[in-house]
Amino acid sequence: MATTAENAARPAWAGRRLSAPAWVGVVPFLGYVGVFLVWPVAIVVWDALHNKNGALDPSTLKYLGDPTVRTAFLHSFELSIGSALFGAVLGAVLAYAVAIGNPQGFVRRVYTAASGVLAQFGGVTLAFAFLVLIGPIGLLVKASWYQSFPWGIGLIYAYFQVPLMVLVFLPAIDGLKVQWREASENLGASARQYWLHVGGPLLAPAFLGALLLLFANALSAFATIQAWENQIPYVVPQVINTAMTSEVGLSSANEADVLAVGLILMVAVVMTCYALLQRRAARWLR
Amino acid sequence: MAAITSLGETPLDAEPQRPRGLQGRRKRRLNVFRYVVFTIFGAFFLLPLLALLRMSLEPAAGNGGWSIAAWKQIVSYSVVGTPSLISRVVITLELAVITGAAVLVLLVPTMIWIKLRVQWISRTVEFLCLLPLTIPAIALVVGLVPIYNWIQQRSVSALMLFWVYVILALPYAYRALSAGLNAVDAKTLSEAARGLGASWFTVMFRIIVPNMRQAILNALLLSSALVLGEFTIAYLLLFVNLQVELYSISRNTPNASVIFSTSFGALLFTFILLIILSYVGRPRRGRM
Repeated sequence: MATTAENAARPAWAGRRLSAPAWVGVVPFLGYVGVFLVWPVAIVVWDALHNKNGALDPSTLKYLGDPTVRTAFLHSFELSIGSALFGAVLGAVLAYAVAIGNPQGFVRRVYTAASGVLAQFGGVTLAFAFLVLIGPIGLLVKASWYQSFPWGIGLIYAYFQVPLMVLVFLPAIDGLKVQWREASENLGASARQYWLHVGGPLLAPAFLGALLLLFANALSAFATIQAWENQIPYVVPQVINTAMTSEVGLSSANEADVLAVGLILMVAVVMTCYALLQRRAARWLR
Repeated sequence: MAAITSLGETPLDAEPQRPRGLQGRRKRRLNVFRYVVFTIFGAFFLLPLLALLRMSLEPAAGNGGWSIAAWKQIVSYSVVGTPSLISRVVITLELAVITGAAVLVLLVPTMIWIKLRVQWISRTVEFLCLLPLTIPAIALVVGLVPIYNWIQQRSVSALMLFWVYVILALPYAYRALSAGLNAVDAKTLSEAARGLGASWFTVMFRIIVPNMRQAILNALLLSSALVLGEFTIAYLLLFVNLQVELYSISRNTPNASVIFSTSFGALLFTFILLIILSYVGRPRRGRM
């Protein structure tokens, strides 16, 4: 224990100065996080529960039921679940292809390093890259569906969802032991039976967890869709942007704050489930 | 998101020659499957980047032919009445450096101190550090408006963004540093140093920090890479960083070649940062 070390050192220091309790050392950090993370979130929640006159009025939350807001949440859900499913399935296939190769090999090294980079690659640049590939000035094709809502932007989202899936799912596939496969083969199982009764169930929690992470990832994304050619505000982050930039809202609620609370709650629920599933999946990874 | 920290890790306990238990035919079939998959995904990932590069080398976007005019424009481009593009590049690079440094100043002493003296608070601090992952930037920015109103009354420089960028970088920096700190036997080192009469300052900065240099470099690179690509918060707080500038050029002058060269350049720079990271981040062989 650190405290015993402290006590052992005591005599040399005793009486020299009054020492503050050790936790004081953490105060600067807590203060910083308090001001720039906890306080803003508190402001959002506070403002969401108060109307524009500053009176406590939980009925402001009814704004979440407003038709335009409902549509935005539906769009967000549609895009996020679609791109998460797409990314998770393709990412799992790619992760499997990477995992069965030589663990020290060149291909694996390239794909894991590239995944780490591409999972982070979003935002304005990504929208530009697809604009010049399949957009109105596309070099590959000038696809008409590039600007259609779930499909065009969904494909763009897949560009960072697939690598993210590879990163989170690869350790799970690596966790499948060769011995399990051998054991089931010795017992006469076919490849299909192995995946159905052994591999599949073992990977299921990790797969679901990764799916949720991808879902949350797409929910919070803003830059890519904002820089996309189609400038209609579809998803919740874009509606928050509109609410923040145009001060005159029709309802009495602080619209941006209410929307932000809705979004935070959604992401928080999804991420909590993700954490629980990860813990379940980790049981087989050691 | 959560994934980036696993970049530098090497795969654990994966046995060499994995398909050892499979018969030759199935092995060949699997190899065909692998190369088909790699080709398709490789094309999917490379084509957009190549298109971007190609477009940055056209005289005027969409006209055909080759020219490096767009790359030269990075230094010269400016819209009348606003600061030049290159000044936005410079301020974004400065932001990246300041944010990286600030994250380290905030996190390194705190994490070492917690490890050595106040273990009971470590779960709370971990939770706070990972919290930004679950709070979308777009939601955080709503609550930041009043705080930034106050800051902007004192300084309107885009450098002020570093205050919140530190928060965005916390999860990545925390995980990089915590991996480094766990690989060091901090307790024994500090007990030995304290027993020899070292002050806590000496323990921290002359004993522990030099032992986690790689983790510190990782945290620095990750934080900087994050800043280079940040758009949402700057845009909504009405600051102009590189990404916001590119966005507004693309909205005002669609297909201006300079946005393709600049964004490809920025991307290349970030790739290089992260590739450096994937090399230095790899644990040294034969350590502990």
